Amino acid sequence: MCTYLTETVELQGSGKGREGWFPVTRATVYFDHPVHAPAEHTLNVDLLNPGLGASARVAMELDPSAARALATAILEVLGSAPAAALTEARPVGA
Amino acid sequence: MSDAMRAETVRITGHGGDDIEASLAHPLDDARHGGVVVIHHMPGYDAATKEITRKFAANGYLAICPNLYSREAPGASPDDAAAAARANGGVPDERLVGDVAGAVAALKALPGSNGKAATIGYCSGGRQSFLAACSLPLDAAVDCYGAFVVGTPPEGVPLKVGPIVHLAKDLSCPLLGLFGAEDKYPSPEQVAELEQALKESGKSYEFHTYDGAGHAFFAPDRPSYRPEAANDGWQRIWAFFGQHLAS
Repeated sequence: MCTYLTETVELQGSGKGREGWFPVTRATVYFDHPVHAPAEHTLNVDLLNPGLGASARVAMELDPSAARALATAILEVLGSAPAAALTEARPVGA
Repeated sequence: MSDAMRAETVRITGHGGDDIEASLAHPLDDARHGGVVVIHHMPGYDAATKEITRKFAANGYLAICPNLYSREAPGASPDDAAAAARANGGVPDERLVGDVAGAVAALKALPGSNGKAATIGYCSGGRQSFLAACSLPLDAAVDCYGAFVVGTPPEGVPLKVGPIVHLAKDLSCPLLGLFGAEDKYPSPEQVAELEQALKESGKSYEFHTYDGAGHAFFAPDRPSYRPEAANDGWQRIWAFFGQHLAS
C-alpha cells in the first residue's frame, strides 16, 4: 500500500548530496515504498533545500528497526553531549 | 511485418500550455495503431515506467508517458523529482487532466494513429487514469490499484487528493480495473464501492482482484511483484486494448 504518511521538519544544517555540501533547510520523514531498498515499505528521510531545487537532497531508506535504532542513537548522543557544547552549537546567523 | 520501433524523449504541450517532458515509443511500420497514455506512479517518471511505455510500443501501440513532475523538478532525477512532488502534495487533479489531454493530442497527431486513445496508470496513476477517463473523451482506460478513487488520505498526509468516485457517472469509456486482494489502498471494500458506482451509472467495466497480491504487483523490480497476477493482468490488458483500441 501507499501510506503517504509524512512529517515535515523545518531545520538548519548541512548535507552532502550529488554536487557536494549544501545548506539543509527542511527534512521530510515518511513511511512508504522505497526507491532502492529491498523492502515493500521503509522509513524514508529526505534532507532537502527546496530553494536549490529538487536535486538538493540527501535520501535515506531504512527498515523500521534500523530507523528506530538510529533515532535512539541520535537522542542518546545528544543526551550525553556536554551541555556547554550543545548551547554553543548554534547555526551560523542564529 | 516490421517489428522496428522508436523510443525517445519528446516535449509536448501540457496543462495551461506548459511545455513538458514525455517519453514516446511507437512502432515504425506503416499501419495505423491505437494510442496509450501511460500515467506513472508516485515514485515518478522512472526507468520502470518508461519500460512499460516501450512494452506497449512493442505490442503495437503508440505509447507516451508524460513526466507529471516536469514543472517541480525540470532535469532532476526521477527519485529527486518524486520526493519534491510528494512534499508538495502530489499532482493537482486539474493539471493532471490537462497533461493527459496534451499527451492524447500528441499521440493522435502521429502519422500512425488510428484516432483512438486510452490511459493506463499504476498506484496514484491508477486513480489519475480513472480521473482522466471521467474528464476526457477516451476509448478505454485501465486502473491498476489506484488509491483514493474511493476514500480520503489519512489525517496528516500532505497528499492533496480527494475521493473521485462521484465522477463515475462521467466515465467516457470502458474501464478495466486490476487490484490486489491484500491491498489496503485501495482496499477490496473500496474497489467494491467503485464497482457499485459504475454499476449504478450503467458504465462498462471489467474488474479483476487477485488473491495473494497486494499493491504494486505489476512491478518486477519490487518485492511486491506477483508474477501470476502480473502475467494474468497483462493478458487482460492486451485483450481489453485489442477490443477497444482496434481500428
